Amino acid sequence: MVWQSLDIRRRSATTTPMPQVRESTEVAKLIDISQCIGCKACQVACMEWNDLRCEVGYCVGVYDNPPDLTAKAWTVMRFTELENDGRLEWLIRKDGCMHCQDPGCLKACPAPGAIVQYANGIVEFHQEHCIGCDYCLTGCPFNIPRLSDQDHKAYKCTLCSDRVAVGQVPACIKTCPTGALHFGSKEDMKEHAEQRIADLKSRGFANAGLYDPPGVEGTHVMYVLQHADHPEWYAGLPQDPAISPLVEVWKGWTKPLAIGVMAAGVLASLVHYVMKGPNEISKETEKEVENETRPE
Amino acid sequence: MTNHWVDIKNADLILVMGGNAAEAHPCGFKWVVEAKASRKAKLVVVDPRFTRSAAVSDFYAPIRAGSDIAFLGGVIRYLLANDKIHHEYVKAFTNAAFLINEGFQFEDGLFSGYDAAKRKYDTATWQYQLDGQGFVKIDETLQSPNCVFQIMKRHYARYTPEVVSRVAGTPRADFLKICEMIAETAAPNRTMTICYALGWTQHTVGSQNIRTMAMIQLLLGNMGMAGGGVNALRGHANVQGITDQCLYSEVLPGYLSAPADADKTRAEYLAKRTPKPLRPNQMNFPQNFPKWHTSLMKAWYGNAATAENGFCYDWLPKKDAAYDVLALFERMHQGKMNGFVCQGFNPLASVSHKAKVTAGLAKLKYLVVIDPLATETAEFWKDYGEFNPADPAAIQTEVFRLPSTCFAEQDGSFTNSGRVIQWHWKAADGPGEAMSDVDIVAGLFARLRALYAKDGGAFPDPVLGLAWPYRIPQRPHPEEIAMEINGKALADVTDPKDPTKVLAKAGEQLAGFAQLRDDGSTASGNWIYCGMWSQAGNLTARRDPADLTGLGQTLNWGFAWPANRRILYNRASCDLAGKPWDPSRTVIKWDGAKWGGNDIPDMRPDAKPEEGVMPFIMNPEGVARLFAPERMVDGPLPEHYEPFETPLDGNPMHPNNPKAVSNPAARVYPGDLESFAKAKDFPYVATTYRLVEHFHFWTKHSLLNAITQPQQFVEIGEELAREKGIANGDRVRVRSTRGQLTAVAVVTKRLRALEVDGRKIHTVGMPIHWGFRGATHPGYITNTLTPFVGDANSQTPEFKAFLVNIEKA
Repeated sequence: MVWQSLDIRRRSATTTPMPQVRESTEVAKLIDISQCIGCKACQVACMEWNDLRCEVGYCVGVYDNPPDLTAKAWTVMRFTELENDGRLEWLIRKDGCMHCQDPGCLKACPAPGAIVQYANGIVEFHQEHCIGCDYCLTGCPFNIPRLSDQDHKAYKCTLCSDRVAVGQVPACIKTCPTGALHFGSKEDMKEHAEQRIADLKSRGFANAGLYDPPGVEGTHVMYVLQHADHPEWYAGLPQDPAISPLVEVWKGWTKPLAIGVMAAGVLASLVHYVMKGPNEISKETEKEVENETRPE
Repeated sequence: MTNHWVDIKNADLILVMGGNAAEAHPCGFKWVVEAKASRKAKLVVVDPRFTRSAAVSDFYAPIRAGSDIAFLGGVIRYLLANDKIHHEYVKAFTNAAFLINEGFQFEDGLFSGYDAAKRKYDTATWQYQLDGQGFVKIDETLQSPNCVFQIMKRHYARYTPEVVSRVAGTPRADFLKICEMIAETAAPNRTMTICYALGWTQHTVGSQNIRTMAMIQLLLGNMGMAGGGVNALRGHANVQGITDQCLYSEVLPGYLSAPADADKTRAEYLAKRTPKPLRPNQMNFPQNFPKWHTSLMKAWYGNAATAENGFCYDWLPKKDAAYDVLALFERMHQGKMNGFVCQGFNPLASVSHKAKVTAGLAKLKYLVVIDPLATETAEFWKDYGEFNPADPAAIQTEVFRLPSTCFAEQDGSFTNSGRVIQWHWKAADGPGEAMSDVDIVAGLFARLRALYAKDGGAFPDPVLGLAWPYRIPQRPHPEEIAMEINGKALADVTDPKDPTKVLAKAGEQLAGFAQLRDDGSTASGNWIYCGMWSQAGNLTARRDPADLTGLGQTLNWGFAWPANRRILYNRASCDLAGKPWDPSRTVIKWDGAKWGGNDIPDMRPDAKPEEGVMPFIMNPEGVARLFAPERMVDGPLPEHYEPFETPLDGNPMHPNNPKAVSNPAARVYPGDLESFAKAKDFPYVATTYRLVEHFHFWTKHSLLNAITQPQQFVEIGEELAREKGIANGDRVRVRSTRGQLTAVAVVTKRLRALEVDGRKIHTVGMPIHWGFRGATHPGYITNTLTPFVGDANSQTPEFKAFLVNIEKA
């Protein structure tokens, strides 16, 4: 469906040229941490809109629940208690996919079409193409995608691309009671952020600023931070995120080599098949495997 | 709220104290965020814990649970000592200049007139000095030692920053910084709003906590102003509506004081409640009491209520004793109650001292629970292991469960904290056999009435004679009820100034409470709601968001009681000449001929400023009471008393008077006083509260809420955790004299130890939302631990400050 309403700018493991005729506006979500009360309404809205229900967890000594992102929890609030300059601060960051302009997940993904980036900047996983290799997690500088135990496919925030495609704001934005979450064109969001940053500076946050890291060519989810000089204070938001060198290597100069190796492998199999015939598994082996994997 | 939710955006300073608006009222909190973003307002939070509200505040200061009057008394002293009050306002609009009986005294923690044996005050010496005409004597110079201003000044002189810091544990510098910020709003064009909730009410000095703040707002001239007021953030979506409709025993609908045994006749009853003006030219609005009460009797008893039979006054129950929630459960515990109908109420979870409540319920013959959910109360008799140990064989109470629909499954109205009544429409059918509360009660009534009709009984008349004018008697429609609450003319209602002019024809809906009469020609189920369903239709269903005022008044959105007025006492937003103190936030003004502007004037529309009609029209003196000669049973001025379970040896304000440790006028039942803990055995202050992820004991039944906050926990500071060897995430046991529970420990910097009266005080924070039924992991009822004692005036239990001990489980 999305193919009809959203142009794709990039597609994982694909060399076919992408459509370029239509002009799209780049969108962004702006999370103003200084206006967030950590109510988790966005978490609930996300679960409701996307039909997700993760397990009822446990209290692990903090307010974070679920305590981490999962294949069924695409956004979570992370609470950090910070003593700064003799005063206590309780920094609450809504964590989830940052929708990088240069998405490491997409770059790392070997499955054609499992990860796409729309012309509006949204990065989305198309699970029907996902092979469950977990490379997207290696590629992500923000530690966001999660593999599902249920179907072995990777999941993360879609920025409600289905809603955005029909002119609606993402579910989390719609539900945020304090207006800490904003959505619109990236340009407008930057402008709004400017005003918020000026307000924060007038309240003594000299280093207030926008988090739109250049290491991934900017993101389509941005934060207004009271302490933009210390993003790591916000539950380890990376200071200068960049795509893992492993991915750069894998997708860079080793790629032709790897393709060569793979081709050699395929060729070898073919030779094996022609010479020896198909591999067969004995009934005994099959039964053994079944017994081992059967749940108690 | 004297003001309303949207009006918070007009404030320059927002004080969140005695509440945690971001946590408990996240949707309304958007207006705090708006005030900060658009008006450059500052947010100050004072709380024992660094809360979610504090997370987005400009300044936070800690306070020991149960010491709010010490803090606020200190603010009063600061304002007076530094001359940071709105002089013209205070002099004109408060009773600062009024003279009090010369016999009034405050000595060693007790006001004059105290009877220690009865734990009661005789308020004779708290009264005004009256002249020959029955008007209060005043001293415009404010110099007389008997004038309210001087009495107040003397009273609060003791609350120095040092004393505040010693009693409340708030660092002196933090306290003074907040005083400075508050004091800035004494300027006529600056306002502060205060958002409070159960953090102030749930103390044995609860009502006085709020009064102290009201006094501050009066001294600053912030009452009646846009962005000002004293704003109670109500909990349940319709708890405001519940109190308005009298679902508690002290009053009849519309806050009409209920008759007691002593009120033998209607004439006596009305005379006592119909005051004479205490100053010349005042509106003295309660003089209309007979109109409101008579109209109520006509709504209840219809044609049976006649002038000859005193409008069925004899049919009204006369209160013989207290019927507040603690009194009810005390009576039940003493085995003096047979049955209990529990509608939309889960007392096993929400009343203090669970063991006492359980024992009480077990002594009933029958218990009827009307609720959409499987409440703990309905299963108090069932064994849930450690969370609710019970022996069903030993409990003979017969429990009936009548499943009801929830608000979204029926039409009706909600009244929000800002007194705005908003109609809501049914969104879905209820599950299974669930019926609406109205239908359940109507069904019960029909059967009971039939029994009375058949068998007679001790006093069948009020039941048989009750008006029941609904199209389908067993299913009254919420619209019919709303129209009945509003009221209608039973005969033509004419203009008292011109009897030829008919204001409302017989049978028409009334347009407002000014049309109510005391001769039986009008009926109204609740005078303050009169006007919500006039001949123009259901005004509570209006949804026009247009804000022509720029202040967010939206006068065509729903209907606010009284009279669609959005800001109470709004006459006080103008100076004596009728000019707004702050023209940029004009609420109303005098235009030369009448009052008008951006709100319904809280004033006779044609009252010329020179007539001197003062803004506080519900008081017979026309002005606000800095000193309260009546209505407060525990003192005309708020004084700091310790919680009934204090971590200190006594009251540091009155170290040598054992009678003045805790509220001397609070009611304590025999047996309970002895059960209160001493600090040597239970050294830590506990306080209970809500979390944003849950709503009371409802949402633990909802999977999504359970996912976001799945398991019971308690919060302790890092220092206490170190002392006790408790690590974050450990299981801990918390004990009070009434019981114990175990939960996960959340060790946090947000709860810090405070220096109080020379010792270190630790606080244990206890969220309330868990129980033995629901989608969350089962937990203990927090009220297993809380004490069975309430506010001297309202009897709201002291959930916010009691003593516990804690150890690693």
